[in-house]
Formats: sequence, structure tokens, C-alpha cells
Amino acid sequence: MRRWFEDSGHLIRPALVLLAGVGVFLLIRAAVVPKAFGQYGHYRPAALGLVRQHPLAYAGQEQCVMCHDPQATARQAGKHAHVACEACHGPLAAHASDPSIKPKLPDVADLCHRCHEKDAAKPAWFPQVATAQHYGGMKCTDCHQPHNPHP
Amino acid sequence: MDITRRDLFQIGGKLLVLASAGATLEQIVGAEAPSDAYKMADHWWGMIIDIDKCIGCGNCVRGCSRENGVPKGYYRTWVERYQVEEGKQPTVDSPDGAMDGFPPLTRGDLKAFFVPKLCNHCADSPCVQVCPVGATFVSPDGVVLVDKEYCLGCRYCVQACPYGCRYLHPGTNTVDKCTLCYHRITRGLTTACCENCPTGARQLVDFKNPKDPVHEFLRKNKVEVLKPYMATRAKVYYKNLDGSVR
Repeated sequence: MRRWFEDSGHLIRPALVLLAGVGVFLLIRAAVVPKAFGQYGHYRPAALGLVRQHPLAYAGQEQCVMCHDPQATARQAGKHAHVACEACHGPLAAHASDPSIKPKLPDVADLCHRCHEKDAAKPAWFPQVATAQHYGGMKCTDCHQPHNPHP
Repeated sequence: MDITRRDLFQIGGKLLVLASAGATLEQIVGAEAPSDAYKMADHWWGMIIDIDKCIGCGNCVRGCSRENGVPKGYYRTWVERYQVEEGKQPTVDSPDGAMDGFPPLTRGDLKAFFVPKLCNHCADSPCVQVCPVGATFVSPDGVVLVDKEYCLGCRYCVQACPYGCRYLHPGTNTVDKCTLCYHRITRGLTTACCENCPTGARQLVDFKNPKDPVHEFLRKNKVEVLKPYMATRAKVYYKNLDGSVR
């Protein structure tokens, strides 16, 4: 190696070692940093897909209405127009994708009072009853039609 | 063939340069673009909550729990009942996160109301800022998510969240939280909590959609976010929020 000035080897050799160090760093970094890390920010973009893979439990209102027209029409006309089917009937994505899976009918004894039990913290506009005094042991559905509940 | 020490170093050096250049190139080019109809850049998700419509039925809590398989005793969303008496600290209860609603409150002489809570999907999230490994982040469409395959379970974010919205999942030992039902909203559905809300007290909104009702909601109502002094730029807006709510 031609010498540019006396003792230039003292500079060249550490520089080569430094370069090799940087190279090793880049290699290790490539091995351990996940693919495409940092594409959108300081995280793995694959995580977005991971979260999106989660299966549905609730099919969504539009799915129910596609088949259950009589109930949907009755509901649309009454005070429960803005209550989604699955809010009472429970998560039914499995039934929506395979109608042979029959869901259980909801138990009114466990259902109506959740919304309509009297509570001083509930807004005044919301219809409430103290169930113990209201129905005297009868079922809500003996008098009220759940899809169009106004008496 | 004789290989001198000089030759060995030269060959080794060249190989190292090539390998590291290749690895760096792979990092830059290897990024895969998501290929479907949902465009993240077209959305900026949030939620609006109308306190005067919440009846404390707990439908949102049950819906969230069933949709997302939230472990028992943990909540991604929950409902609090406030009872505010003049000159006293407010009384707040939330039995089992309101999973089964509330025992009836009979005292009618108090200011009482329900406050549904969930992750505020802050644009400047303290939880994201403290994560040492990049396992939690604000997605390009404004949802704060956790990468459960990358989370160490160090719980810095659980402590950093001013709203108490995160927990360590007992099964995976990684941090878990509200995803704003990311798997639903990216398929054009609403969140499980909003789907289940019988009074429309909570509504998923998209700030980037000019036709979204959120614009009228923000224009016409008196709204507030939780803990505005934390400057987290929370995106869950409450209508008629009382000052006693923490």
C-alpha cells in the first residue's frame, strides 16, 4: 500500500475496523428487525393485519334485515326502531353465515329490565318501571310485543 | 492456491459489504403494501358519546366482551354511575364494569348520570410514547392498537394511560385494550359497543368523512373530552359532560 504520508496506516486500519463494525451492525439489524418495521411509524405494519384477522361475533344490523323482514318491519314502526336486533338477540354472526345454526330465543325475564328498570340515574325521557310493582309476576311479553313494544 | 492473510481479509471485507448492502436493500424494498378496498388514509376514527342518552344497561360492556373475548374481570369498555352531592366528593360505582347493569338507585335528590368509558384513541397518546419496543402505536386511521406478537408485557403503557384503559391479558401476558373493533370498522361495520347500544348514546365516527354526523354534532353541542388538561388529543367526545367526571 502506497503511503500518502508517514504513519497513514494508523488511520486506515481503524477505519477498516470501523467499517467492518458498521457492516456487522447492519447484518444483525437486518436479522432482528421485523419486515417493513417503520413503514407507517415505529411499529410492525403486519400488526394491523393481525388485529384485523379477529373473527366477527356480531353480524351487524344489515345482515339480519336481509332475511327477517317481518320482524324488521315491525321494529321499524315502533319505539325499538333504533335498537339493533343483536342488542337483544345476542351475537349471531355464526347464524348469519350459516342459517342452519339456530340461535336460542332471548329470555325476557333477563332482558327487558336491563334497560327499563327504574333508576334515578337514568335520563327522565327514558321509559322506566319498577318491575317488582309493575307486572306482579307476569312476563313482560304477556302484555308487550318486544319488536314493537308500545302497549 | 495459497491464500494469504491479506487475501482473506479482502475477501471477507467484500462479502461483508455485499451482505449488509443486500440486507439493507431488503429492508427498504421488502415492505409489503396492504391490498384491499379499505384505505387507511381515508379515515380518522373516533367516537361521540351523549351522556343524556346513556341508560346504564351495560349492553356495550357485554357486547364488547363477547365480540373481543375479553377475559372475565377485565374491561375494554365499562360504564360508571356518578352520584354528585353538593359540597361532597362524587360517588362513583361500576359493579363488574356494568356487565350486568346497575342495582337500581332510588335516591332521587342527587345529580346522577352514567358515563360510558373506553379507550379515547388519543392522537398524542401517552401510552404509545412510553412503549420501549414499538408494540403499541396509532394506526394511520387514528386507532391506538397493540401488536400482541411484539409486546413484552412491561406494562409501561398501562401506567401511562391517564384513563385506565389498558390491562395485562392474563392469558397472553401481553397488553390488551380497546381496538375500536378494528376488525369490524375496516369491514364497514360499526363497533360492537355501538351496535349494541339501544339508545344511540355512543356512535362511531369518522372525522375524515365529510358526511359523517360528527361534524354537525361538534358544531351544535357543548362537548368535552375526558381530562383535557392531559393534552392527549383524545378523540372520544362527550356531550354534556359534567365537571365532576374524572
